Amino acid sequence: MKKSRIRVLVAKPGLDGHDRGAKVIARALRDAGMEVIYTGLRQTPEQIIEAAIQEDVNVIGLSILSGAHMYIFPKIIKMLEERKMTDIMVIAGGIIPIEDISELKKMGIKEIFTPGTDTKKIVKFIKTNVAVA
Amino acid sequence: MSLTEKIRNGDSRAVAKLITMVENDFQNAQPFLKELHQYCGKAIVVGITGPPGSGKSTITDKLTKHLRKMNKKVGIIAIDPSSPFSGGAILGDRIRMQDLTTDKDVFIRSVGARGHLGGLSRSTQAVVKIMDAMGKDFIFIETVGVGQSEIDVIKVSDVVLLVVMPGMGDDIQVIKAGIMEIGDIFVVNKSDRDGSDKLIAEIEMMLHLIEKEEKWHPPILKTVGTENIGIDVLWKEVEKCTDYLKESGEMFLRRKNRTRKEIFDLFQESWREMFFQFISEERLEKEVERVLKQNDNPYNAVKKLSAIFKENLFKEGE
Ligand SMILES: Nc1nc2c(ncn2[C@@H]2O[C@H](COP(=O)(O)OP(=O)(O)OP(=O)(O)O)[C@@H](O)[C@H]2O)c(=O)[nH]1
Ligand SMILES: [Mg+2]
Repeated sequence: MKKSRIRVLVAKPGLDGHDRGAKVIARALRDAGMEVIYTGLRQTPEQIIEAAIQEDVNVIGLSILSGAHMYIFPKIIKMLEERKMTDIMVIAGGIIPIEDISELKKMGIKEIFTPGTDTKKIVKFIKTNVAVA
Repeated sequence: MSLTEKIRNGDSRAVAKLITMVENDFQNAQPFLKELHQYCGKAIVVGITGPPGSGKSTITDKLTKHLRKMNKKVGIIAIDPSSPFSGGAILGDRIRMQDLTTDKDVFIRSVGARGHLGGLSRSTQAVVKIMDAMGKDFIFIETVGVGQSEIDVIKVSDVVLLVVMPGMGDDIQVIKAGIMEIGDIFVVNKSDRDGSDKLIAEIEMMLHLIEKEEKWHPPILKTVGTENIGIDVLWKEVEKCTDYLKESGEMFLRRKNRTRKEIFDLFQESWREMFFQFISEERLEKEVERVLKQNDNPYNAVKKLSAIFKENLFKEGE
């Protein structure tokens, strides 16, 4: 008998101070039956990677507002590649300019959700893109 | 290198994968647990329980830092309630343990309380084993002390800390029900707030009402988790308590009871699985219908199903 749940690490890298958006998403994912590991504010890429390993998550959801995305996101992707953890899907949300979106996607961020995105869309995206037994 | 060898080498990814297997598919995890069992029994398991928001994670974080100074290796199992509706959960204990994340000798795993086939205590016990086999000296289990299932889980530990805080109002009632009895050490956290002395007096009074056979009198200690105040004294008491438990034979007794329960639970679960293997959903449904329509009673239904069960069991044995 098997019973698997999608596990998502919701992390907030960068220095900006509030996490309202991340919490709204965390709640939506929980209500969709997922287990959300919420790690709080000001996470370093090292902390995010290590928590993702220990928690054995299927998805890392990054939320950022400070504009440091072009510095922090590539760093996280690179670390995942180095440690051969590319089976973990990375998605992101926050205020991210359109020109950066396509670049980040090329790097390996699977999808980027801008502010105001319906949380149902995020739930659906995760469910269609993550296969659990 | 095999999965279990990796675990014994402290490979955190191997550990994390096996824990997932324990949670999702215990049958497949069992052969690995079997291999690991011989390396278990060294770690001391400390249960940390108490009402929501009393400071359990903060205390766990500070105790872990204290232990790291003595170069002890630490595992943490942080259990949070799951939504009864969706089965999902927000597991937020890591927020209070951020600095521990990148310490190679600390392993933290967040666990949702619901949806564990065969029960949360079975999987918690398995996670304890995995962390024990990876070489942890101390393993903390954090869980909200509310329901019976949480109390069962905390019984997986050798020593139990009950963390409370002043200003809980009627929440003190929550503590009374069944959980007072299992606390070896009482921690009045947030003692920077008003009312901690009153709370200590209340706990003392309640402790007088509980008759314990043991000679250990649970100490009541004040802490301010966020300020790291009272943490070293608290740890000294934990050591004192474990020394007492070891010397008095109580630790042995607790572990013995735990092992007995583990065997019984595993046995029960394997029979439960056999039930569904031998008796089809339709067959069960047929009996349910008959009972519902007053064509039969549940007692006869069980008798009939037992007969099918036994028949299959003998066939299996041939
Ligand atoms: N004033 C004060 N606040 C504290 C103290 N210890 C913890 N807190 C705060 O209390 C809140 C809850 O602390 P946690 O450690 O998350 O409590 P918990 O018991 O793990 O909470 P749950 O896991 O949600 O049940 C946090 O905001 C802490 O910063 C303390 O000694 N004094
Ligand atoms: Mg907590």
